[in-house]
Order: sequence, then structure tokens, then C-alpha cells
Amino acid sequence: MLSETILEMKDISKSFPGVKALDRVDFKLRKGEIHAVMGENGAGKSTLIKVITGVYEKDAGIITLQGQPIHFKTPQEAQNKGIGTVYQEIMLCPNLTVAENMFIGRSHNPIINWKQMNEKAEQLLDSLGIPARATQELTSCSLAVQQMIAIARAVDMDCKILILDEPTSSLDEDEVHTLFELMRELKDRGVGIIFITHFLEQVYEISDKITVLRNGKLVGEYETTALPQIELISKMLGNVLEDITKLKKHEPIVSETPIPVFEGVGLSSIAGVRPFNFAIQKGEVNGFAGLLGSGRSESARAIFAADKVTGGIVKMYGKRVKIKTPLHAIKQGIGYLPEDRKGDGIIEDLSVRDNIILTLQVLKGFFKPFSRKQAEIFASEYMKKLNIKTPTSDTPIRSLSGGNQQKVILARWLLTNPEYLILDEPTRGIDVGTKVEIQKLVLKLAEKGMSLTFISSEIEEMLRTCSRLIVMKDREIVGELRGMDLTENEVMNVIAHGGKN
Amino acid sequence: MRTLKKNVSHLFLPLSVMALLIIINLIKGADYFRITMVNGAFYGNIPNILFGASELVILSIGMTLVTAASRGQDISIGESATITSAVFVQYVLQANEVTLLTIVVGFLLSCVVGLALGAFNGTLVSIFKVQPMVASLILFTGGRSIAFMIDGKVSPILANEISNKIGTVIPGVPIQTPIILTVVFIALVAVLFKTTNLRLYVETVGINPNAARLNGIDPKKIIFLTFLIMGICTAVAGFIAVNKAGRHDSVNLLKLIMMDAILAVAIGGNALIGGTFSITGSIIGAYTIEMLNRTLLRLEIDPAMIKVFKAVFIIILMVVASPVVRAFFTKALAKVRSWSLLSSRRTERIAEGAVLSTTNSAEKEE
Repeated sequence: MLSETILEMKDISKSFPGVKALDRVDFKLRKGEIHAVMGENGAGKSTLIKVITGVYEKDAGIITLQGQPIHFKTPQEAQNKGIGTVYQEIMLCPNLTVAENMFIGRSHNPIINWKQMNEKAEQLLDSLGIPARATQELTSCSLAVQQMIAIARAVDMDCKILILDEPTSSLDEDEVHTLFELMRELKDRGVGIIFITHFLEQVYEISDKITVLRNGKLVGEYETTALPQIELISKMLGNVLEDITKLKKHEPIVSETPIPVFEGVGLSSIAGVRPFNFAIQKGEVNGFAGLLGSGRSESARAIFAADKVTGGIVKMYGKRVKIKTPLHAIKQGIGYLPEDRKGDGIIEDLSVRDNIILTLQVLKGFFKPFSRKQAEIFASEYMKKLNIKTPTSDTPIRSLSGGNQQKVILARWLLTNPEYLILDEPTRGIDVGTKVEIQKLVLKLAEKGMSLTFISSEIEEMLRTCSRLIVMKDREIVGELRGMDLTENEVMNVIAHGGKN
Repeated sequence: MRTLKKNVSHLFLPLSVMALLIIINLIKGADYFRITMVNGAFYGNIPNILFGASELVILSIGMTLVTAASRGQDISIGESATITSAVFVQYVLQANEVTLLTIVVGFLLSCVVGLALGAFNGTLVSIFKVQPMVASLILFTGGRSIAFMIDGKVSPILANEISNKIGTVIPGVPIQTPIILTVVFIALVAVLFKTTNLRLYVETVGINPNAARLNGIDPKKIIFLTFLIMGICTAVAGFIAVNKAGRHDSVNLLKLIMMDAILAVAIGGNALIGGTFSITGSIIGAYTIEMLNRTLLRLEIDPAMIKVFKAVFIIILMVVASPVVRAFFTKALAKVRSWSLLSSRRTERIAEGAVLSTTNSAEKEE
């Protein structure tokens, strides 16, 4: 069976100041093919997409669409030629109806034929099997359905290529499957789909071909069935893979009279977590396990007083202390890396240097600014220690990749030399290489005597690093697992059966 | 070097506007920069601009900080300055004999009033989360009436030797006093920035208040603080303005100056939605506005029409400086560059092609 090539890219290069984002990359998409583009953050996936859709202009190379050389200047042009793109964040208007969302801005005719539009929308929804009505308001649809409507909008007009950039990151498992149904339907119609995701299982479930990029270079194009997962990872990472398997947990340092570094009794916060007791020993790494919404983040936030604390007693080294605001917590030697990096962590427009010294500077006081020289010493020390990739310490943090931003926030806390550091989803949305680096760092810090709480939605990450897991369900603690050889099944078991008695 | 480059690019807009105005003025008359000595003090176009812009410069500094932290503007600064100066005037008038001490105490008293007014606005904005513009609308509406009540009558006269010196020149000093006071104020602000973390805190709060809180900075306190600083700025500006005028006109003193102050902040390259800021930019912006006002006067435009010309000038300025136009120029520049690069490459390639074709033909011949 000879499948027809719709999109071919040859020798594509694209540079940004100081970075070669794409270096002579080839890419080929055939009719009716689901093609996953894989790589770490910064590998060049997004740049590749943006070159196709005309967001960026390529520096060199040729792109042909069905044999015709193309050169899009705007995303709209690409759209008109049948290349639809759906991004990670749903870019629709929640207050409009489904049909309006599908057709708005599509026609230049100022008079809208509502009846016709709704009929057309209904037809399209039916044919794609999307469970929504045309006149329904968008907000009343689930996230997955909204995502599908975004796709319907993209594929509406004679679509040849559909680009999906991390479409599944905010969907739950069932929703992912409904989305995959839709992707298969489109595939049968001969649409070529480019699929970008961080979830390896999803790649194996749906894609036909995989193209791997690393550091802006093409590693290769593979048949999905012919590329075992472990090989895919090693191709994405280069040589980091060995490091994962080498990770070794340490037993916590237990002193003879075990006074916990931190102890909270009956802690509760405005975020609605049930009053809970929690203590952590010196050099211990523990984790809060549980499903999304189980209260794992809320508990961590309650400890740090990130949400308004409504009750409970807190002790540091057995001594009662007051922690009512984050500043109190910081002064007691507690650090908290928030789950929402963009919303709660980075100060977007400030330099990497200012972002690193921020908390230490706050600790030192309003009237005692660090000299620029001192700040630079701190910044460059941690940029080196944590291998933060940035052109200079003056670069605004927003222009760094997600993984590097996370490292800057980590550096910010490490600089304050905390007794107890809470890491809430430090590995979310960052590349695998950095994930491993962070896990290694957690173990190293614990070995040096720091107490850490490590929260991750990927249970294996916690199993690799934590010697104690606190399992949460419905905003309360339902169990605790200790030991160096915990398995995923044990955790699942507690989540499934805990809390009933 | 890098920071220098960054700073200069930030100041590109105000500096280029200033340059443009200077060119216009030089075309109008080459004697623009001429400075004359009258009664032992410098006079001329430049000293006049520095003199006239004093209050605006001081208020723009406060406006920059309020904007950066609270992501909004204080529109009551003219009214606030009118109230503080009314208190100053009343204190001076009730004294039997006006000494330097009287003036200083009066000034300090007006600073306390300024702080109180700043605290009022600051409380509304930081604690009650009222939009800054709405919060300061209250004082904007009622401020002049309050000042009138403090005055007790229309325009009390401030006729004493020291006030006269503060408003014009001190004999023996060649530079007009308001200019000196402004320079001193700017220097104090510079010291404030040097010795505290004000910039880091204000920028952090303005960019991401959530993250600020989680890192131990209380956004409420910082926003409140910027309004307090604004209060001091209004007291100083009111002090200079009333001494310049020699009487307290509660209706017209620094009327609508918040418009110019906001404009100065914008011309200075600062985002009106808060975040990173440049005080230097705002200061240059303030002087630029004064320069513009005086340029229009110098061009002998009918005073009734001056506002129209000012408005047109500002429209042009804002459009040219808008991100849309800037992006267009950056793109155009990049295109010109890539085109020249491409054409140079093309000539290379043609040369290569020529070599290739000769070898090809050579092969064929074989």
C-alpha cells in the first residue's frame, strides 16, 4: 500500500538569538497517518510546528504541501490551505454556543444565517461523533468535548493536516479515549495528524509513526510498532536513561531521640482539607499520594500557610511556632515550590538573577539589599550547580524553557538553605532529562540532612524518591506506607480501599 | 554593557521625542539653548523647562511606583497636593513671624497630611481591593472642596520672603530654587532605591502578586507603601507649586496634572498595567511634556488651540511607540537584513553554479 505524502519538510533550520532551535530537520507526513513528534522540552517540537503554521519564518529549507512548495506568513494562511492547529490551552470563547465557536470569524459576511450555521454545526458534530449540541453553551461541555470542538473548528474546511499540540494534558483517561476515537475517525478520512504529547502510553496507543527530535536535530523517524518504549526514551534523552535506573533511595537519618523537624497537629486551611496530623524527620523524603483533587496539594499548602490557615498547632524541632503566613514559614526554614509554576512561582519579567535571589533577599530584609555583585555570585553559583540553561543571568525568566524555569525556582529555595522543603509537582510539564535531575537532587539533599516532601502525579517518581507515602483521598489522609520497596500496586490499593472503615 | 544597552532601548522613546522637540525648536530659532543671567540667576528655555516641570517630575515618580505595584493610576494627585499645600499655607499664615523653622514645620505638616491622604487611597486599593482609579476618584471629586474649606476663603496670599525665595531664586544662587528642590528629591529617591529593596518588591508585586506572597512579600503592604510614597510626592509638589504661585488657589492649583503624570509614565516606556518600571524614563517623560508645552507656546500657537496640538502630538507619539508599529518596524528591518543576506548568498550560489555547470559540460564532453 503506497500512502501519499501530504507534507514534506526538508533541511529546515531556524535560529533564535543564541540558540539553534532547528538544525536541518526533515519531516514527512502521509495521508491518513497519525505521526507523533517526540522530544524533550527544547528539542524543537514547538518550533517545528510553528514553522509549519507560519508563526515563525524558517531560516532555511523547503516545505512542500502535496508537492507544492509553500511559504506561510501567517497562521491564517496555513489554515486556509487546510492546516488546522489545536493548542494545549483551549482557545475558544466559553460564553458562546458550540456552533458560534465553530464558525465565528470564519466568514467575512457580516450577516450571519443562524439557522444555517447551527445546521452545519450539527452536521459536523454528528459526523465526527462529538457528543454536543450546536446551540449548547460551550461552558456546559466537558473539557474533552471542548477540545473536540476546537478540533472540529480546525478540521471544518477541507482539512488535510491537523496539528495537535499536547491536546490531552488537561483530560482524564476516559476523555482521552473519546478524543482518540475522533482522531481515528479523522485518520480514516485521510487527514494527516501531527500529535505532540509528553505521555508515552498515548503515543503507543494511537500513533503510526514517531519522529524523534533532540536539541533541534532530527534523531530519526520510526514505525511505532518497531520502536520499543525504552528505546524511544533513550533516543529522546541521549544517555540520561541509565541515570534513572541508578537512582537509589536512602534510609532517613533517624536520630536517637527522634524529634521531628516539622510537626503539625490538626492542621487545616481555607482550601478545605480536613484537619490532619503530619510530621517529618530530618533527612526524610516523604510524599503525598492520591488522585487529583484528593487534597495532596492542599495539605502541602496548609503546612506552608500558602492558603489561609484555619486551625492547628505547628512545631519545629519540638518547639511550638506560629506559621500563619508564608513569610512565617520561610523564617522557620520551610520552603515551598508551588504546583503552578507560572501562576505562583516565576516572576515573569524579572531576570533569572532576581528570581533566584528573591526569597533570600526577603529573608534578609527590605533595608538590606544585596549588592549586584553578591547577587551575581549567588545566581551564577546556582546556575552552575543546577545546570540552568540561560544566555545570561540578566535574561528574563519567561524566555527560559519550563524545565529551566523550574530549576530557577528550585535554586531560589535552595539558596535560603531550608530545613524542610516542599516540592509540589516539581516535575510537571518539564522534560524527562530535567525530571531525572530533580529526582536526583531530592535524594542528594535528603542525604545531606534536608527533609523533603515530594509530590508528583506520577507515582513512580514518588516511589523512586520517597521512603514514606501518605495516601490521601477526598481531602483526608487514608493511609501511610513506609518502606524502601513500595510498589505502585500497594499505593493503588490504599487509594482504592482506604477511608472506608 | 548589556544593561546599558537595555536601559538605553528603554529610554529610546522619551529621548527621541526630546530630540525631535529640540530640532523643531532649533528650526524655529537657533537661540534655543541660549541662557541669560538675570539678577544673578540663569534664565532661558532650558532653565524654564526645568523650572516648570518640577512638580510634574516629582509626581511622575510617585505615579510610576503606584502604577508598577497596583497596576492602576492615582488620579487624585493634583487634589491631594492642593490639600497638603492648603495645610502648609494655613500653618504659615497663623505664625506671627515667618522664619525658616515655620516653613520647615509647615512643610513637614503637609507631608503628614500627604501620608494620610496616601494611606486613605492605599487602604482602599490594597485592603478593599478597589480599582486604583476608582479609589482615587473619591479624593479627586472631593479634594478641592476640602482644600477650600481649609483655606476658609478664596486664595490666601503667601507673602513672605522665604516663600518667595523657594518659589523663585535665592539671591547668590544662580539656579532657581524649584530646580534645586527637584534635583534633591530625585537624589533622595535614588538613595531610597539604593538602600532598600523597593524596586525588587514593587516589581515582584506588580508582575505576580501570588508569587510575591508565597515568597514572603505581602502585596498589600507594598501597594500601601507606594501610595504613602505618592502622598509624600504630592506634599512636595504642592509645596513647590504654592510657593511658586505665592498664593493658594484651591480651584486651579496643579489642575488635571494627573493626566500629564500618567502620560509621563507612559512616555517613559512604562507599562500602565504594572510590573517592571523605569523612574528615569518617567522623569525624562515629565521634562518632555513640559518641553512640548513650551514648544507649542514658542511656536506662537493660539493658546486656545494649544491643547489640540498637544493631543495630536501625543496621538502620533503613542501610535509610533505602540507595539504594533514597533513589531512592524522590527519585521521590516529583519526583512531588509535577510534580503541583503539572501542576495549575497545568491551571488555566491550563482558563482558556485557557474563552476558546477562548467564541470558538467566538461564531463559531457568527455
